[in-house]
Amino acid sequence: MKKTMTYSEGIKEGMSIRMREDPNVVLFGEDVGRFGGCFGVSAGMFEEFGPDRVRDTPISESAIIGCAVGASSTGLRPIAEIMMMDFLTVAMDQMCNNAAKLRFMTGGKLHFPMVIRTAGGAGVNAAAQHSQSLEAWVTHVPGLKMVFPSNAQDALGLMLSSIDDENPVVYEEHKAMLAMESEVDMDMGPIPLGKGNIVRPGKDVTIVAVGKMVHEALAAAAELEKEGIEAEIIDPRTLYPFDMDMVANSIDKTHKAIVVSEEVRRGGYMGEISAQIAENFFDALDAPVKRIGALNTPVPFSPALESQYLPNAADIVKAVKAQG
Amino acid sequence: MAGKKETIRDLYTTMRRIREFETCASNLFAEGKIPGFVHLYLGEEAIATGVCANLKGDDYITSTHRGHGHIIAKGGDTKFMMAELFGKATGYCRGKGGSMHIADGSRGIIGANGIVGAGQSISTGVGLTILLHKTDQVCVCFFGDGSTNQATFHESLNLASIWNLPIVFVCENNGYGISLPQSKHQKVKDVADRAPAYGIPGVVVDGNDVFAVSEAAAEAIKRAREGKGPTLVECKTYRQHGHFEGDPAIYKPKEEQEAWLKKDPVKRMVKYMLEEADFTQAEVDAVDKAAQDELKEAIKFAEDSPYPAPETGVEDVYDDIVEEVRDR
Repeated sequence: MKKTMTYSEGIKEGMSIRMREDPNVVLFGEDVGRFGGCFGVSAGMFEEFGPDRVRDTPISESAIIGCAVGASSTGLRPIAEIMMMDFLTVAMDQMCNNAAKLRFMTGGKLHFPMVIRTAGGAGVNAAAQHSQSLEAWVTHVPGLKMVFPSNAQDALGLMLSSIDDENPVVYEEHKAMLAMESEVDMDMGPIPLGKGNIVRPGKDVTIVAVGKMVHEALAAAAELEKEGIEAEIIDPRTLYPFDMDMVANSIDKTHKAIVVSEEVRRGGYMGEISAQIAENFFDALDAPVKRIGALNTPVPFSPALESQYLPNAADIVKAVKAQG
Repeated sequence: MAGKKETIRDLYTTMRRIREFETCASNLFAEGKIPGFVHLYLGEEAIATGVCANLKGDDYITSTHRGHGHIIAKGGDTKFMMAELFGKATGYCRGKGGSMHIADGSRGIIGANGIVGAGQSISTGVGLTILLHKTDQVCVCFFGDGSTNQATFHESLNLASIWNLPIVFVCENNGYGISLPQSKHQKVKDVADRAPAYGIPGVVVDGNDVFAVSEAAAEAIKRAREGKGPTLVECKTYRQHGHFEGDPAIYKPKEEQEAWLKKDPVKRMVKYMLEEADFTQAEVDAVDKAAQDELKEAIKFAEDSPYPAPETGVEDVYDDIVEEVRDR
């Protein structure tokens, strides 16, 4: 059955499917209950699943993640919401020192099947403390997995897989994409973590883009097509584990690679992907890998400045042309 | 308060086993046989013993960097503990955690933890599991006075109280946060004074009196099991060694150290047993001998065990992904 759904509804549907099946799946975080979440993602879940399983927490990010660590180690499969990705920094200790490390540190004696949902990304004039993209910080810590859907289908399918996973998974949802509608095949089920998606096939250049940047890449590809350049767009969907095989196969064909994310360029996760491509597929490349990211500044408030800060389709077009 | 003779013997046995384990660990560290950092529980044995005597096998604890006593009192096996201290493959954590990170889910030990205050927020999640599974289990969360200045203390006691979680927060006030005496790290004298801020009971007990600890813990645990929510139990005690082995603890006044050594919980228990509980010296000696034999065996097990194989170093990061070992 196919259905048109918003990105936000895809997230909610994924959570709700598993919560209907498994009483151990619970959602907690700031204002996720009757209020429905700061962005309305969990609207209606409090009414469906009740106050025990859709729990409002105080504004205590560290306790939210710590609680998920303790709950997941004793039999629940918690989904903990950190309202804004910037607020992950408040809970960084719990995420990095406990959720990520304790399976390893206990020699596998304990395990932590938990999901940390968090709204990342800029573009809604929320300024620097409500807009940053911190993919590099999350993927840098061994023990965490990370997903970042770019459409409603992936939002649903990745949520199912994230809940099913036996490891802590950070699930980034882009706050400027929540209302974006797309068609969802309700029968598709979980999307395996670590499997990318060829969003648009092409033969001339490989563009690896995540989250909202997938849509900038699509806009860029439409421009490039007018000039006879066929871009292949890969959405890895999962940042770790990363589907490097899909990227490698594409580069074998295109011999050019551009990586795009909304992170500030300096130290971004796409720098890691760029380095891996350069290290492993140097011989297949006809041009240096190009990274596209945001300006190396905090996210500005004013719409005039924020649009300058964000990478966009024009940047991608320019980079493709510069590669020759 | 005292119980029957067998109860007293059991309590003393646990205290003595902890004392023996810690004494051996101290000596082995000094001999260079144990790598890394080792934080000992010497002087605080009555607390883990008195609290855990009230717990069932499926109850939970969270522990600290000074956790050996908690692990032993909750039923941990000293062989696997010692092997872990040695960094051996047979250790509780396959040699990946060391002294500060021993865990045993099968005994409800949700881990010692090297981050001060970490167990507090983890305990809230354990409490949530118990709450939603509707069992009568409890979680005891051990922590020191130093950790009560961490944000986790506030966040966790607040969360536990508003969610009415079945947790007993046990503060082992040993007088020091690393090198800083309590008077220099917080204005309150009794950590328990903070309990009313969370609308929960706070009690202070003599942490070197195993019976007093047990009695206070029993009441708090009963309260938690009955769904009446968390309690903060502060146990006054003293860290007889430095923060870690090798710390000369020059910040501790000599008179203070001597005064507390006179209140040593293990010696105090022996005195009580001989003078007031009808034990003979031979009966006490038998417990001591058993603890010594157990530790000799544990040390031999640790020494005879192999170090972890290199390939295990990339295991256990994830349930399903084993990192490649690459050239660097």
